[in-house]
Amino acid sequence: MQAPVQYPARWKRPPQIFTDPLWRRILFVGAAVYLVLALSTVDPNWARIAEGWQRGLRFIGGFLQPDFTSRWRDISNGLIESLTMTLTSTVVGVLISVPIGIGAARNVAPPAVYYICRGIIAASRALQEVIVAIFFVAMFGFGPFAGFLTLAFGTIGFLAKLLAEDIEDIDESQAEAIRATGASWAQMINYAIQPQVMPRLIGLSLYRLDINFRESAVIGIVGAGGIGATLNTAIDRYEYDSAGAILLIIILLVMAAEYSSSYLRKFLQ
Amino acid sequence: MLEISHLTKTYKTGDKALSDVSFTVPQGQVLGLIGPSGAGKSTLIRCINRLVEPTAGSITLSGEPITGLGAADLRRMRRRIGMIFQEYALVERLTVMENVLSGRLGYVGFWTSLTRRFGPDDVRRAYRLLDRVGLMDHADKRADALSGGQRQRVGIARALAQEPELLLVDEPTASLDPKTSRQIMRLLTEICAEAGLPAIVNIHDVPLAQQFVARIIGLRAGRVVFDGTPDQLTHEALTAIYGAEDWEAMRKGNEEDHEAERDAALRMAAIV
Amino acid sequence: MTDTAHPAVWRRRTPLAALLIWAGWFALVVLFVFCWHVMNRNTIWEFVWDAPRQAADIGDRMFPPRWSYLPELLVPLWDTLNMATLGTLLGVILAVPVAFLAARNTTPSAAVLRPAALFVIVGSRSINSLIWALLLVAVMGPGLLAGIVAIGLRSIGFIGKLLYEAIEEVDTAPVEAVTATGASRAQVLDYAIVPQVLPAFWGITVFRWDINIRESAILGLVGAGGLGLKLQASLNVLAWPQVTVILLVILATVVLSEWVSARVRKAII
Repeated sequence: MQAPVQYPARWKRPPQIFTDPLWRRILFVGAAVYLVLALSTVDPNWARIAEGWQRGLRFIGGFLQPDFTSRWRDISNGLIESLTMTLTSTVVGVLISVPIGIGAARNVAPPAVYYICRGIIAASRALQEVIVAIFFVAMFGFGPFAGFLTLAFGTIGFLAKLLAEDIEDIDESQAEAIRATGASWAQMINYAIQPQVMPRLIGLSLYRLDINFRESAVIGIVGAGGIGATLNTAIDRYEYDSAGAILLIIILLVMAAEYSSSYLRKFLQ
Repeated sequence: MLEISHLTKTYKTGDKALSDVSFTVPQGQVLGLIGPSGAGKSTLIRCINRLVEPTAGSITLSGEPITGLGAADLRRMRRRIGMIFQEYALVERLTVMENVLSGRLGYVGFWTSLTRRFGPDDVRRAYRLLDRVGLMDHADKRADALSGGQRQRVGIARALAQEPELLLVDEPTASLDPKTSRQIMRLLTEICAEAGLPAIVNIHDVPLAQQFVARIIGLRAGRVVFDGTPDQLTHEALTAIYGAEDWEAMRKGNEEDHEAERDAALRMAAIV
Repeated sequence: MTDTAHPAVWRRRTPLAALLIWAGWFALVVLFVFCWHVMNRNTIWEFVWDAPRQAADIGDRMFPPRWSYLPELLVPLWDTLNMATLGTLLGVILAVPVAFLAARNTTPSAAVLRPAALFVIVGSRSINSLIWALLLVAVMGPGLLAGIVAIGLRSIGFIGKLLYEAIEEVDTAPVEAVTATGASRAQVLDYAIVPQVLPAFWGITVFRWDINIRESAILGLVGAGGLGLKLQASLNVLAWPQVTVILLVILATVVLSEWVSARVRKAII
């Protein structure tokens, strides 16, 4: 007869990520200290908030009962600016991104071109759209033209990077097969690369169209035209019912853009 | 003792997965359920703990009805029925111990399970079961660090942690190599013998079934076509179950199999 | 032997398909020209042609950067980091329940709560954090709190969308197994679903934190505190050498946070 084994009556889940108890403690204390410090920098002006409370309610009311009519001229002007800006900037941005994207793909571009193109992409990605817009407004004056330039510039960083990554990921054997037929560099791009990346390029362009519309609503705040400028004015004038109407329009357009672009992408594949 | 009478399951698509299945499993009996893919084996054992909702018929465990229970009663019933799965169905990112203790979820409150503070009896039992299936040293490992055979042992320990009155075993060896399969089947039958636990083992490997179980039920297209001891499973009986070259039925059966899985997945979607 | 038996002309597409594709491209060109025209109705081209001179002028003024301004930026930098971190925290707290309500397999009510949660996600995603900040500053006054809430509200949509997609993709086998033990819905969530989505959750959160650092740097433009406030002040007085310093600080912060987030995400996966 075997002696009965005593099994432990307690079990504690062993720590999974930070197994060293000292580090765990340091991390916990550090996080707690940070949280206290960070929260202490938040210095809410309660009097102002209490006063603004009414305004918040009015805004929610404006959102629930939006006023499309009284500022319709401004709203429709802003919308037209935003939409035209979105389309033109996406088209131009895509046209510029394609050569830069090809140039930034390590497997098809010579090193010098590669570094220049990567540099352009990095610059476009590092700079916030709003900051770029501030500069373009300063240079080109107020209005949608500056917005157009901003969005086109942003499109380059987004699209060229993804395109370059796509080209780097393509099936090498196809490119090799075409090259083996004695094709030139341009023929190789046309026959081996283009068919492989084209569907994704179209998909990404549609996605960027969607993003550009959303951004067009923002850069108006710094003077680059579009619905953002209208929204900014409405809020400055405390016309919350008009602001609510504009926000609703933005949400609906974004939803429509998202649905139609996902539908189009499915259709094109 | 498990009693199944006139059990019928018709899927929404109109496919009849089970029609008029009746049998009884007495205390301590290990029953092998064989049949071609999609004969309704998977559907049958999922009907018993109602992961798949039966269309008609009744099931009782120790005289208490399973069919027709409300949500809370069904939970209490489910904890009395242990289930072991084909692909182990462990929660890979939890530790082995948590997987075994999850067998106690039907018994403990939400707070206890959230904080992982299971009572001493539960923990002791879990360690004992891990020891029994030979994984005492692996308690604190994550489940995805184990091999297939070891994971199935954790699955067994989880089912046993429920202290079940019945075991449902769905293709326990389908993802394992022949040697490990044998070890797992031996472990299962030993455990059932030790505890006098009845079990329904869904299995497609006929020789393996004949070697380990006491009774075999053959299903074909949702009907019981064989019920007897392994010795009675003659060539004629096998032909009755699997058909000589009835590929048409096999193909159709496969579709039903997918349907069972899909139905269960959909119901999971609804349950959680 | 000659080839005359075979057609001499080969086309990739049927004539109709080719025609449709050409018509599509043509329509795009027409649309582009039209949009370009509408957009530039009010553009003052003299400003545009003057832009290179303006750019050179601004560039001239921006250099050399006024490094002595740097110490003044430390507190705003700290504010910006806090705004991003606390905002992310707020966003996570709000987004997790929304994600579970929106996921098809965990929502308690597919008819009412799921569409509501999806609307919250779309609404939050469509409105940029700068617009949220604009509204909140109008409601609760300028300060960090408005920025934190703006970042939080914008993060709900992002985290909520990615998280609910992760929840919908969980493996159903463990869910079935845990349900079979007699676990309640809350327990199934805790034992079978949460462990599966936890890595995705951390990845998404850190990713959003990184984006929030970028966004919080400019929220000050509309009065929500941080580096943007200094940027706005410097732009107002045309102190370009200070603008340069601020932009460089923002750039350094963005690069650093991107590096941290990439490291953390790598460590998780």
